[in-house]
Amino acid sequence: MTCEDYLIASTVEEALATLASLRGKGRLIAGGTDLVIQLQRGERNVRSLVDITRIPGLDEVKLEDPYIIIGAAVTFSQIEHSALIRERAPVLAEAAAQLGSPQIRNVGTLAGNVVNAQPAADGSIALLALDAEAEIANLTGRQWVPIASLFVSPGVSRVDATAEMITAFRVRAQAPRESSAFERLARRKALALPLINVGVRVLLNADGTHVRDARIAIGPVAPVPFRAQEAEAALKSRPINQETISEAVETAVGESKPRSSLLRGSKEYRRELIRVLTRRALLRAVETARG
Amino acid sequence: MPKNYQLKMNVNDKEVQVEVKASATLAYVLREQLGLTGTKIGCEEGECGACTVLVDGQAINSCIYPALKAAGRHVLTVEGLAHNDELHPLQRAFIEHGAVQCGYCTPGVLLAAVALLEQNPHPSEDEIRRAISGNLCRCTGYLQMIEAIQEVSKYQVALSNKPPVTSDS
Repeated sequence: MTCEDYLIASTVEEALATLASLRGKGRLIAGGTDLVIQLQRGERNVRSLVDITRIPGLDEVKLEDPYIIIGAAVTFSQIEHSALIRERAPVLAEAAAQLGSPQIRNVGTLAGNVVNAQPAADGSIALLALDAEAEIANLTGRQWVPIASLFVSPGVSRVDATAEMITAFRVRAQAPRESSAFERLARRKALALPLINVGVRVLLNADGTHVRDARIAIGPVAPVPFRAQEAEAALKSRPINQETISEAVETAVGESKPRSSLLRGSKEYRRELIRVLTRRALLRAVETARG
Repeated sequence: MPKNYQLKMNVNDKEVQVEVKASATLAYVLREQLGLTGTKIGCEEGECGACTVLVDGQAINSCIYPALKAAGRHVLTVEGLAHNDELHPLQRAFIEHGAVQCGYCTPGVLLAAVALLEQNPHPSEDEIRRAISGNLCRCTGYLQMIEAIQEVSKYQVALSNKPPVTSDS
C-alpha cells in the first residue's frame, strides 16, 4: 500500500475539511478491503488516507420511521446480524451474509461497496432492490440521493471520495405484505464473485393475492447494477400465480444483457441463472410477504 | 516526506507502542516490527485468510488492514493462544485430529475458530464451515479442522484468550 499520511477523522465536517485541504490528493477510507488492494497494486494514487470509521454514530443501524438508517461505517457483519435489517429489509441482510468472507464482512462497508461501483456488488444490488438512498455530504451540505443515480460505469461512481462522502444509507422498513430476498450463485460459497446475483422486493395487496409493486435488481448484466424494469412492470397489479411469475422471469431474462466471460461463464449459462435465481427470489419474497 | 506514526495497541495482552508508516499493514507490523511471524502472508488480496488475526475479537485479514486502524484496539495473534507451556484447546485439538499438515493456513484458521467459539460456543457444522470459509487450506482439507473445532466446542464454553478450563473445574 502506498500513501504518506493516515488521518483519523473524528467528525464528518473534519473529514470533508481535510479532503478539501488536500485538493484531490486525499481519499476516504472505511474498511479498505477494496481500497488497500487498489493501493497495493498502484491502481490509485493517494497521498493521504482519511479514515472515517471512528466518527461517532457512523457505525450505527437505527430505525427512524419509516426508514432504516445505516451509517457509512457499518460493516457487512453488522448488517448480516442486525435484527432490524433481517426482519425489515431481508434482501440486504442476505446479501451481506453472502459477500466475501467473514474477515471481509467484519471490515468492509456498504459505502465502500457503492463507491467502488462494481455492477456485481452484492450490497449495491440489494440497495437497488430496496430503492435505497444515500446521504452525500460535501462542503455545500448534505442531501439524500437515489442509489440508482450513483453508478456511472464499472468501478466509477458519482461519489468523489477525494472530496465528498456517503454518510449513511436509508431504506424504507418493509410494510405488512411486503418482503424481499436475495439469491446468488458463485463458483463456491465464499470468496467468489457472483456469476449472477438477484435482489427482489415485492409488495402485495392486503389479501396477498396480487402484486402491487415489485423491484428486481440483477448483477452483473450491464455496466452498472441493473434494474429489470420491464419485469417489474409485468408483475404490477397481477394475480400471483405460476403464469405471472414465469412471465416476469422471462421478461427479466430478455432485458438482461449478460456477457460471456472466462470468470463468470457463458452468456447462455448466465441467462439460465437469471431465470432460476429470479424465480427463486420472487417465490421466496412472495411467500414471506404473505406471512 | 512520509511521516511516521506512533501506533499504540494491545497485542496478545501486552501494550505495545511501535513507530509505523502510514502505508504499513497490520500484518507487516506484526511480522517485521514485532517479530510475530506466526501470522502468515499468502495472497495479499483478502482471498486466502492466512493473515487472519483478531481485532477486538473479530477476525480480519491483517495483510489488507492498515496498521493504524488497530490503534487502541486489542489484537490477538496465534502467539497469544498458548499460555505458558499449555497449548490452547483448539491448538491441541488440531494436532490430535491431524488438522495440520504444512501449517501455513493453521494460524489463520485457529483464530477464525477462536472468534467463532467466543461468539457462538456451540456452533452447528454449517456455522463452523461458514466461520472458516475465509481460510484456504491446500493440503489437509477441512474435515479434520471441522472435527477439531466440534470437539472443542463440546467441552469448552468460553475460550478466547483465557487459560484452558479442565473438565473437572
